[in-house]
Parts: sequence; structure tokens; C-alpha cells
Amino acid sequence: MSRKQSPLFLERRSYRLRRLMDGARLMPFLGAALWAIPLLWTREGGAPVSTSRAMLYIFSVWFVLACLAAVLSIWLDGKAESERSNPQEGPR
Amino acid sequence: MGTLNILIAVCLGYVALLFLVAFMAERAALRGRAKWLRSPFVYTLSLSIYCTAWTFYGAVGFAARSGLEFLTIYIGPTLVMIGWWWGLRKLVRIGRTQRITSIADLISSRYGKSPLLAVFVTLIAVIGTTPYIALQLQSVTLSFASFSANAAETGQLGDHDATALWIAAGLALFTVLFGTRNLDANERHHGVVMAIALEAVVKLFALVAVGIFVVWGIGGGLSATLDRIDASAIGTWQVPDGRWAALTLLSAAAFLTLPRMFQVLVVENEDENHLRTASWAFPAYLMLMSLFVVPIAVVGLDLMPEGANPDQFVLTLPLSQGQEGLAMLSFLGGFSSATSMVIVAAIALSTMVSNHIVMPIWLRLAEGGAMISGDVRHVVLLARRLSIAGVLALGYLYYRFSGGGEALAAIGLISFAGVAQFLPALMGGIFWRGANRVGALAGLAVGFVIWAFTLFLPSFGPGVFLPETVFEAGLFGNSWLRPEALFGITGLDPLVHSVMWSMTLNTAVFILFSLLTFPQPLERLQGAQFVNVFQHTGNPQGWSGGVAQAEDLMVMAQRILGPAEAQSLFQRAATAQGLAGYLPDPTPEFLQMLEREMSGSVGAATAHAMVSQIMGRATVSVEDLLAVADETAQMMEHQSQLEAKSAELTRTARQLRAANDKLTQLSVQKDAFLSQISHELRTPMTSIRSFSEILRDAEELGQEQLTKYANIIHQEAIRLTRLLDDLLDLSVLENGQVNLNIQRGSLTALLDHATASTGVSGAGLRIHRRGLDLDVEMETDLDRLSQVFINLIANAKKYCDAPRPELTIRVAQRDNYLVVDFTDNGSGVPRDKQDLIFEKFARVSDQKAGGAGLGLAICREIMSRLGGAITYLPGQGGASFRVTLPMRMRQAAE
Repeated sequence: MSRKQSPLFLERRSYRLRRLMDGARLMPFLGAALWAIPLLWTREGGAPVSTSRAMLYIFSVWFVLACLAAVLSIWLDGKAESERSNPQEGPR
Repeated sequence: MGTLNILIAVCLGYVALLFLVAFMAERAALRGRAKWLRSPFVYTLSLSIYCTAWTFYGAVGFAARSGLEFLTIYIGPTLVMIGWWWGLRKLVRIGRTQRITSIADLISSRYGKSPLLAVFVTLIAVIGTTPYIALQLQSVTLSFASFSANAAETGQLGDHDATALWIAAGLALFTVLFGTRNLDANERHHGVVMAIALEAVVKLFALVAVGIFVVWGIGGGLSATLDRIDASAIGTWQVPDGRWAALTLLSAAAFLTLPRMFQVLVVENEDENHLRTASWAFPAYLMLMSLFVVPIAVVGLDLMPEGANPDQFVLTLPLSQGQEGLAMLSFLGGFSSATSMVIVAAIALSTMVSNHIVMPIWLRLAEGGAMISGDVRHVVLLARRLSIAGVLALGYLYYRFSGGGEALAAIGLISFAGVAQFLPALMGGIFWRGANRVGALAGLAVGFVIWAFTLFLPSFGPGVFLPETVFEAGLFGNSWLRPEALFGITGLDPLVHSVMWSMTLNTAVFILFSLLTFPQPLERLQGAQFVNVFQHTGNPQGWSGGVAQAEDLMVMAQRILGPAEAQSLFQRAATAQGLAGYLPDPTPEFLQMLEREMSGSVGAATAHAMVSQIMGRATVSVEDLLAVADETAQMMEHQSQLEAKSAELTRTARQLRAANDKLTQLSVQKDAFLSQISHELRTPMTSIRSFSEILRDAEELGQEQLTKYANIIHQEAIRLTRLLDDLLDLSVLENGQVNLNIQRGSLTALLDHATASTGVSGAGLRIHRRGLDLDVEMETDLDRLSQVFINLIANAKKYCDAPRPELTIRVAQRDNYLVVDFTDNGSGVPRDKQDLIFEKFARVSDQKAGGAGLGLAICREIMSRLGGAITYLPGQGGASFRVTLPMRMRQAAE
């Protein structure tokens, strides 16, 4: 039950996997940031944003996020599990 | 009337189809050959119970009233889903490793299995969900009403209340049938999940179909519809910032904390990997569900008469266009949304109510009832069924008394805000080890009270629960306690106001109390287990079966007891159970035994915790203790290994030294042997030769002298013969060719005979006998034994150098041996000779050349043939020899 004896350097594949996990962790923040942009629209004062444009933006973000999540989920497929069964996260 | 009849027929047909699907799925699952049941897409579709009738009907109404604001309800869950790596993955892992059955179970488990917390969470969940169930009943009733209103034949459907009652009863029946079929440890309901997945497809298909009809059938294409949208009342972005952010946050929180969502997300989860698929598929599903909401709302606002309920646009729009079939599909979609939500919510709530409220009370009332396991299962099932009925009855009553008039979205959001109060305790529980029970209780209480005061009670309107004066002047006349303007902050949207205050204060109190109070050990251990769930578990491949548990136990026991001992322990237990190998079945007896074994190493409490943790009846998590124990055990093992090695080395060195000494002595002895034997043979030979020469050569010898010389020659010849006899005897004994002549005889008689044979009685050696209270009858080779005794007594006579020589013969019984000690009062055998006296030709001193030095060697050989031994006993105040003889060759003479 050794607490984290992560090696200093990882082989290329593991390194990639780690960064993909980082990516997966950042996804909600990306989504939140993108969907927070509508908060700026009402401040413009002048011409209000039309609903069709707003819809286009929001649904585009939605689509892009779903696609990104799909890509990540395929890349993280299985590998992440085998990675985690390595001694790096500690065996049972 | 015809339309209505068709409607009812379609409804019943659809319900029958659901029954069929659920039934088939249950059967397939039972036979274990339902791969498609475990598809990640079934999991994703089952998540769609998030989209209730509120989504199906209410979203359009929401959009018609407030534009794009309705999207927040779906954006929140999307963010949670794409952030699955943070929270959901952990929740699901915890749910699987801790065998969590509901959100109340999770929260109470995390905070030291607190029953109070479980009851509290259950109550809030019931209060928060009841309006939501009422909402579903209302929407289905309304959709019936829409049809009947449209049907020009003045189709009377009785009153709405009756419809709602029928629906509630039908749903209760379905839920009871498939939700409480079995009392599975895993709390999984394959049939229900499958039915829900089907309903998910139906409602998506229905909404998209209506959307396509509206955009391309009525609106005249995409761009024309977009133009129409921009030209409508909701044509510009007009969502208040606060509501946009607060509602997104609220829906994200509710997605995690709604009992029904927790049920499908965590409890019904078959495989952690399904989350990966759901992480993109569910956002896509939500996106499709909300894609056509605005177009339907805008076209509905355009086409439908003033005052038409926008919540029913999805249904009334196709109806107004004469699209009966599409309307029917849309109706089914709404029906699906409502039923699936009610079913799962009822299952989730009934689990909580029965597990945390009914069962504890029942067990308390029926003293000792928990002992009878068969009984309890029936009671649990009955409790679940009654709880389901109760939950639906509550929903119906709420519907009856709230009048069913409000906008759907408003009720839904109130419900969301209520269950969102679990969020701080939930998230704090899985990410912060410092979170504790007092904090969770205080936070929940504060959040719940604020929610009830600022949102839930006011939702019934002024004068129902809260008097009008409270709204205007505040509670007890305190103006800072007005339900919609706490602390004097006015002008906020009531929902944002309530969410902001309840969540902020809930979190703050939760953290503050957690910081200030001290948790119990159980809480701390559970906390470590929950927060560090990924460090302590591999990917669980389904619930671990018996063998896996036995193996886990083995791993643990090895760490505590050491591999060899643990393995032999397990092997013994397995053999006792009639199994081959090292892994016994984890029966209670075995567990108890193991616990006892381990408690010797780590203490009883910890051992109990360890075993029960692995066996899934987790009361405490001790991974941390285990880590400590592991390190200690390793160090202890290492140290003891070193010690053992060092001791072994010392022992070996000592043995080597002894062997070396003996070898050296033997070598010396061997050198001496030849000279000794030639000397021994030469001495008598010399005498014989000399005296025979005298006899031959001397002529004047008297008769007397002749006799004397002949006697000398004769004596020397006898001595020579005896020496050769001894040598021959020894070699026969050493080669093991001797035939023992077993006889019976008395030990006393034997000793008498030996004493007499040596002729010591008159020769100055006094013999004492001790310890012979009872005569012992021997069964052994008496001649040989007597030879030994004679030799020993003769030795004493020969070598005892005391002025008044004495010999003490002491007889004793030890265990299975007869022990005879021959001790004289002489100076004894010097230390350096003691090892050698039993060797051939060994003599203590050369001066007293009484014999050839073969006597003791022969004694040793005889004794080993008789199964005994003869040893020199040092430190007895003289020469002392101990003869040990096995009992089995003698019998007590009684």
C-alpha cells in the first residue's frame, strides 16, 4: 500500500495517457468557460443578441463538447484502467 | 369520444409493452445471457430519466416564458457528465466498493454510518421529490385534458383527480412488480432499466418528430424558422446573468443529488466503463432533446390562441394542425417521460425509506428479529412495496392539494433546490477527509430550513403555510427574516435568492462545524476510504465473489501474520472444509477464526474491521491502518529474519567447532589405536613368550615355579582371549549383527547379580541404592544389560580414587524412560576426556592400565541396540554414568 511511488519519468505511452486524463479533467472547465460567455452579452447595452445567434452559439459549444468528450473517451478506452492497475497508483 | 378511447387503448398497449420488455429483460438477466443489457448505451439511455415530463412539456413552456433560460437545466448536467473524470467516476467507484444503495446510504456511510443522517437525508429527499411526482401526474393529466378538449365530441374524462389517481395506482403497480421483484444485494433492476431505456428512445423520437414537423412542416424550413424566432417575443437574449449562472449550478447539483439520478447513475451502474460512453452520449442526448424546444415554443406562441397553456404546445400544436398520429406519438413521449421518472423515483425513495426508516423501527420493535434472516427479507420487500405506494400517494395528495395550477418549471426548480442541499455533504464527503458528521448534519439542517422558508413554503402562496404578514414584515416581525429578502437584501429573483442563501450558508456551516468538531474514529476511517477510493481499490470487475474475497483475506492475512503462517492457516481451513488448495470459503466460522488469529497481531477491533471491510459488511475502513501494519510487519519480519540468521550462524559455528574438536581428537585417537592395539596385544604376548622361553630353557625349576609360570602364561592367554573377545564383540555390535535375547527379569535382581559378579562386596567399594521403592520388571536383553552394569560397577571399583570409595546407584522413571545413574565419589572424568571415554581404547589415565579401554565403547553400543543410551553425567561430585532405557521394553511389576 505504498503511497505513490510514481516514477519521475514515464514512457511515452503512459505520458500521453496522463495528459489525456488531464484533458478529461479540464473538460468541465472548458464547458463552463464557453457557456459563461453569454453572461457578457447583456452588458453590451446596444444591440441585443438575437435568439437565433445565441442558439447557434450554445448548440455549437454543446456539439463541440460532446465530440471532444467522445474522442477523449475513445482514447482513454481501457488504457486508463490498465494504467491504473500499474504499481503507480498502488495495487490492491 | 373515439379519440379518447383510442388514447386510452394506446396508453394501455404501451404500458403492456413496457411490462413485456421489463419482463423479458428480467428473465434474460436471470439466465445471465443478456449482454445487450449491459451495453453502455442502455446505461446512457437510463440516465435520460433526468428528462421528465417537465422537459417534455415544461421546457417548451419555460422557453415560451423566458427564452433560452431553459437551457441551463440541461447545461448543468452536461458539464457534470463531461467532467465525469472528477466526480462521477469517484462516486460510481465508491458506490460499487461500498455497496451503496441510495444517496442517503452514501452520505450516512461516509459520515460514520450515522442513522440520524440517513433519516434526515431520506426525509429531505421525500419532501423534495413529492412535488416532482405530483408534477408528473399533473402533466399526464393535463395531456389527457388537452386531448379531450380537442376532441370536439366533448369527451368527458371524468375529473382530473380521478385520472391522476388511476395513473398513480398504475405506476405504483408497475413499480412494485418490477422494482421489488427481488431483494438483490446489488439493488439492480434490469427490467426497470430496460423499460426506461425504451422510454428514453420513445420520448426523444417523439420530441424530435414534433420538432421536425414544426420546423419543416409548419415553419417552412430552417432559415424561415430562425427568422420567426428572432421576430418573436423571445427573439433576443434576455436571460438575467444571475439566473443563468444559478440555474446552471442548480441543475448540475441536482443531477448528482436527485435520488432517482443517483439510483441510475451509481446504484444501477453495471460497469464503470459505461461512464465513458455516457460522458459524450448523454450530453448529445440532452442537446437533441433541447434542440427543437425554442422552435416549438415560438411557433406555438404564433399559432395557438391567446391564453393557451404553453406547457402543452408539444401536444396541442400537432393537434391543432390535425396531426392526430403525431399528437399521439407526442402524447406517448410525454407519458414515457412521466412514467419513467415516477418509477425510478419511487424505487429510489422506497429503498431509502425502507432501509433507513421502516427497517430500523421494525427491528427495534421486533426484539431479536434480526436474527431470523428469512423473515427480514420478507419484511424488507413489504416495506419497499408499502413505501412505493406511500410515495405515490404523497405525490397524488400534493397534486390534489396544490391544485395543479402552477407552471411546471416552477415546481421542478423548487424540487431541484431542495435536493441540491445534499451537495456540500456529498462533495465534501468524497473530496475532503476533514468533513464530518456534525458538519454534514448542521449544513443540511441550515440548508433545508432556508430552502423550506424561502422557496418551498412560499410556493404554496401567501396564507397557506406562511401567513401574509411573514412575507411583508418577516418572521416574528423581524424585517430581515422575510422569505424573499433575507437579511434585507431585496430585488433578487426568489429562486436565485433562495439558492444563493441556502447553498452558501449550507456550505459555510458544513465547513465551519467540520473544522470545529472532532469526528469519531469510524468517520475518519470511512472518510479515508471514500476520499482515497482510487488508491485503495483496483477496477472492480463486478462485485467480488467468494473466491476473490478469500484471496483478499489471504493477501491481508499474509501481511499481518506473515506468508508462511497465513498460508498454513488458510490451507488448514480449506482442508477442514474439504477443499483443495489454499482458499477456503469465507464461512462465518472461518472468518471468526481468522479474526481471532489476526487480533493477536493487530488487536481485536482492527481485525474485526479488516475482515468485515473485505467481506463487504464494511463498518470501518482500515486501509490506512493496513498500510501502517504492513510496514511494521515488514520491518518486524526483516528483523526477525536477521536475528534468525545470526542465531543460525552462531549455532553452525558452534557445531563446526565441536565437530572439529572431535575430529582432531579422533585423529589423535586413530593414531593411538594402532600403537594401542599392538601394545595391548604385545604385553600379554611378551609375558607368554618370556615365560614359555623360561619353561623351555631353564632346567632346574621346581614344581612350584613350574606351576607359577604356567599359570602366568595361562592368565595372559586368558587376557589375550578376553581382549580378542571384546574386540570381536564390539565389532559385532557395531555392525548391528547382534541378536538380542529378550527376557523378563527384575531390575533389582539384575543389579544384585551385577554387584556380585564384580566381586566388590568385600573389596572396599560401598554400594548404595536409591530410588528403588518398587521393583521394576524388565523386558529386555538381560545378559547385555547386566554386561553394562557390571562394566560400570567394575569401572567404579577400578578408577574411584577416593579414600573410602562409594558408588551410588539411583533408579528413576522419566516419562517413558527408566533412568539408572551410577555415581561414585571419586575425582571423576576430566572435562577434556569426557567426550572420548566412550571411544575405543580410550582410557582416562595411562597409569591405571586396568583394561583395554573397550568396556565403555561396548556399553554404548549395547545401550543403543537396546534402544537406550549411556551418557556421562558431569557435575555429580564424581564419575557418573547415566543409563537410559526405554519403558516399552519393561512392564511394572504390580
